[in-house]
Amino acid sequence: MGTLLATRMAFGQELLEIAKTKTDFVVCNADTKTCGLEKFGQMFPGREFSFGIAEQNLVGGAAGLASCGNKVFLATFGVFASMRACEQVRTFICYPNLNVTIIGTHAGLQVGGDGATHAAIEDVSIMRSFPNMTVVQPADAVSARALAHAAVDFEGPLYIRLHRNAVADIYDPETYQFEFGKARTVREDGSDLTIISSGILLKKALDAAEILKGQGVGVRVVDMATIKPLDEEAVLRAARETGAIMTVEDHTVLGGLGSAVAEVVVSKCPVPMELVGIQDRFGESGDPELIYRDHGMDVDSIVAKALALKARK
Amino acid sequence: MNRLVFNQKDVERLEQQAIQIRQDVISMIHAAKAGHPGGSLSAVEMVTALYFHVLNIDPENPRWPDRDRFVLSKGHACPVLYAALARRGFFDPSHLNTLRQYHSILQGHPDMNKTPGLDMTAGSLGNGLSIGVGMALSARLHKQDYTTYVMLGDGEIQEGMVWEAAMAAGHHDLKNLVAIVDCNGVQINGWVNDVMTVEPLADKWRAFGWAVVEVNGHNMTDVLTALHTAKTMRKPTAILMRTVKGKGVSFMEDQPKWHGAAPTDEELIEAIAQIKEGGVV
Repeated sequence: MGTLLATRMAFGQELLEIAKTKTDFVVCNADTKTCGLEKFGQMFPGREFSFGIAEQNLVGGAAGLASCGNKVFLATFGVFASMRACEQVRTFICYPNLNVTIIGTHAGLQVGGDGATHAAIEDVSIMRSFPNMTVVQPADAVSARALAHAAVDFEGPLYIRLHRNAVADIYDPETYQFEFGKARTVREDGSDLTIISSGILLKKALDAAEILKGQGVGVRVVDMATIKPLDEEAVLRAARETGAIMTVEDHTVLGGLGSAVAEVVVSKCPVPMELVGIQDRFGESGDPELIYRDHGMDVDSIVAKALALKARK
Repeated sequence: MNRLVFNQKDVERLEQQAIQIRQDVISMIHAAKAGHPGGSLSAVEMVTALYFHVLNIDPENPRWPDRDRFVLSKGHACPVLYAALARRGFFDPSHLNTLRQYHSILQGHPDMNKTPGLDMTAGSLGNGLSIGVGMALSARLHKQDYTTYVMLGDGEIQEGMVWEAAMAAGHHDLKNLVAIVDCNGVQINGWVNDVMTVEPLADKWRAFGWAVVEVNGHNMTDVLTALHTAKTMRKPTAILMRTVKGKGVSFMEDQPKWHGAAPTDEELIEAIAQIKEGGVV
């Protein structure tokens, strides 16, 4: 606890460490400062390929490399991976089911000053709609590092969503292990409602749960690091045992984690839900914390929405 | 190593094989009641030369890691590739009549996981050359001496991504990559240079760092010579083959309407007769 590191940097640094002993993967870059993998070619000559500022070619080249049996990591901003190269990801990574991990950085509203063009707020909706794709998002640097190890051993199309700015650690590196498709109950104070979060907003969800506990509201907090395939059992347990679910994500509420959870809840165990996330608007420049508040994604808003949700039970 | 030298007997054998492939293309599209005959027929000589002479491949071991690669970036021309794969022994030719049918191994556009011998999925235009770049980079990384061939349409190269890939091949000095542009001059809505001018083609490829070979794509000797020449170049090589869309069937030649249409029963009989009588185009 106590260190502050962005999930993108933790993931990239760990992958550089892993590459020292595991030599059977390659990295494809497209001239961005994403997660420290720009240095991969200097450290491991021959195992990094530059594709220039050309994301479609980046993804196509990665598909070609993967079709020859290589495990490929490619890194670019989430906006470009999911939209500039959207069709290449769908038709040439997911459809042939190739072993490519797409690292999408600068997720959500945390890009701050860069504004709407660089804020990936639709990438989860897009990526999770592709057959064969797995979508994951770590909540802190500890889980990002563990995810790097899991990703190296993963087979198939994988989208990893990483944030730009440093965040506080939540997990203990001594005990944390990443497991694909498994939700993790991070806090359990009672059975008034469950907050399901994915990514760095887990910290806000936990802070909100602490405040709610002080107000006599018992909250379960679940980290849904894997958005697809969704841990349906964990969702249904939350629905049955707490009777209300709030989702919290740094992403548009149209099609992301909240939608994925709602798809399960509505068909198998309907309970009141509240979707906290970006409100069908583009990002903008400014202090991310101010923008989060504007979209009702700050701790105080989460608390208020949780109280309203509990009242709907 | 792939086979680059050839003699007159090889040329004659391949010309006879091309007649069979042409008939297969027409028959399978007739059976499917849909498909793309024009751009399949223009590519017959090149695909035949590759699959029946040049490519180092093994039908018994279609995913042999050291094989030469072929990416049909103009994926709608898959009937010509399916015919070549079947006649080369990758699967039984009886499958050809299942083109585009439910549960067929022969999808309307190539699916590498359904058809034995296919090196890459294709269909969305403009993507294949980037994939070929990745395959060529992999060969270099693992010190394999296979060659990657990517066939594109002349309309297809209107896609910007083709030029991203062309730039990357030049930058990475991929001598083991050959682009084959099937310059049949016609795309779905008319002449290529009426829809969007692609000329001067040779200058474009040279400007991106490629060697260029221009060839008559319906002359087997020329096609084999071009493939041989491409292997001797010290740069990635673009073979610009001048062809006729719908070649070998008079009423299909140069006609945009035969880009994507199936022959009727009468047209099938006429087309097969012309291909047999016409023999070597």
